[in-house]
Amino acid sequence: MSPLLFLLLAALTVASALTVVVHRNPVHSACALVVTLCLLAVFFLGLDAQLVAFLQVIVYAGAIVVLFLFVIMLLNLQVEARAMAGALLVGTATAGGVALAVLVVTALRRAAVPAAANPPAGFGETAALARQLFTVYLLPFELTSILLLVAIVGAVALAKK
Amino acid sequence: MTPPLAWYLGLSAVLFAIGVLGVLIRRNVIVIFMAIELMLNAVNLSFVALARSTGSMDGQVIVFFVMTVAAAEAAVGLAIILSMFRNRETTNVDELATLRW
Amino acid sequence: MADVAITAAKSLFIVLLVVQVMGLGVFFERKVSALIQDRIGANRAAILGFAGLGLVNTLVADPIKFLLKEDVVPAGTDRVLHFLAPVLSLVPVLVTFAVVPFGDVLQVGGRTINLQAAELNVGILYVLAMVSLGVYGVVLGGWASNNRWSLLGGIRGSAQMISYEIAMGLALVAVVVTYGTLDLQEMARAQGHLLWGWLPAWGILYQPVACLIFMTAGVAESKRIPFDLPEGESELISGYFTEYSGAKHLMFMMSDFVEVVLVAALVATLFFGGWQLPYLLRDGFHLPWGAALALPSSAVALLQVTSFAVKLVFFTWLQIVIRWTLPRFRYDQLMRLGWQGLLPLGLANVVVSALVIVLAGPAA
Repeated sequence: MSPLLFLLLAALTVASALTVVVHRNPVHSACALVVTLCLLAVFFLGLDAQLVAFLQVIVYAGAIVVLFLFVIMLLNLQVEARAMAGALLVGTATAGGVALAVLVVTALRRAAVPAAANPPAGFGETAALARQLFTVYLLPFELTSILLLVAIVGAVALAKK
Repeated sequence: MTPPLAWYLGLSAVLFAIGVLGVLIRRNVIVIFMAIELMLNAVNLSFVALARSTGSMDGQVIVFFVMTVAAAEAAVGLAIILSMFRNRETTNVDELATLRW
Repeated sequence: MADVAITAAKSLFIVLLVVQVMGLGVFFERKVSALIQDRIGANRAAILGFAGLGLVNTLVADPIKFLLKEDVVPAGTDRVLHFLAPVLSLVPVLVTFAVVPFGDVLQVGGRTINLQAAELNVGILYVLAMVSLGVYGVVLGGWASNNRWSLLGGIRGSAQMISYEIAMGLALVAVVVTYGTLDLQEMARAQGHLLWGWLPAWGILYQPVACLIFMTAGVAESKRIPFDLPEGESELISGYFTEYSGAKHLMFMMSDFVEVVLVAALVATLFFGGWQLPYLLRDGFHLPWGAALALPSSAVALLQVTSFAVKLVFFTWLQIVIRWTLPRFRYDQLMRLGWQGLLPLGLANVVVSALVIVLAGPAA
């Protein structure tokens, strides 16, 4: 990915992320979240993570945000009068957010970042991910399946009348 | 020439900070949830960038698990919001802050 | 630079092919429905007396009518979302064709060009991702109409789409397990060998249940009869896209037909050999009784692309005939079929396929 393309996409990502947190209409926030997630999938493609990029689109942009939209529509949320907290809290939070970003970026510049090595052949492909997932990370994989089952049962039990 | 690792981590930090901002300043509980998803995605970007940089697939496996856990959490969280809305008729966190009334 | 030009040419070719087959599908819709219902169909519009069996009516008069109609946006609605919904419905479906292979290779000027617009090694996941994104057009279209019945149609339509995505995904998992690859071009190539010396090893022989599940889920995804309760032409007018007129309505209808062509293309590629013509290899025909007919590589490529186009037209026609033959499912029957019928069947199919693969080896 060329640096120019990275900067352009990064600017778009930050703009849509700001739209998610700032816009007053929740449906527009959800649409901006979809845009952010798809742009992040493009970043993943540039980082040789093809499987993870498409999983991001299928799971996050294609299922989770649809769930958000369903809930917004079921609750019939309109644009609300008081979308944000009082000015004092907004000012403090913005200062805090900027401070956090500056802190992390400064820490990164001082840290010893490893030099980017050439990734091995087959990096980011399904076979490589599956090899790790079913050998080294087998226990978390099985536990995740139980977690998903519990989540499904819990969500259905909570949402029933 | 690929962009250096620091750029990806910097973008991830900015997105995480925007997510934190969203959680702190918005009053609608669903938008707060969306900001939490934004934070999780910023961390995913970090993991994938570091996986590429160190040449190990472990970062991408962790991203896989983060996505799964985020999906489970979003489902259960939205079910909780639905049932609270049925009781209180509001999605404003200021009014959902106490369990009484 | 030449690579960019070649990719652009391939993309243009596949888009043109899809739009032609879609136009043919629209024409078939009117003529085949007329034949099934024992009537003649639309044939009045004519240019200088040439009516072309209704081709002029369907392919010239109808689009002109749609494009020249006034674009009515309901009052009090979100204009941005009203504008975006048809686009979000059409673009993901069109873009999916980038990974559909329409031929083997083309040897031109010393270059071997793989006849697939985007050579992704996770092609099947790309298809699933774009189908997932198609849900937004429906749900936002219903929401942006400021009409509670459109909203109901939109919510039902998107719930139906995400339910049948799961069944479609499971059918695709079985196919992936059989061929050991996610790349559609590799799957099409893997169906080229012969079983027992004479039978082309097409996917339907290895995965008949998956083909059935995929075809059912595909028809349900595009919300065509028998699964069109969210649209419900005879009851709800158009369901989630009632409030759209003119070019936006045309985009919704286009996305319906392009999805029909997409399901046809995927069924053809995964289960019926894609661009494979039986006994045709890269250097000509190799008939089972030993005779061989050598052909230049461009003739082979042309035959393969033609074979793909014929299969596209056949499966489009099949979906149109299914539409005009079967009655509509009720919504709870539809959801029950998706969750309590296709999902367990798909899971059982995956388990059985995996067992057979472990015991007998992969198909490719």
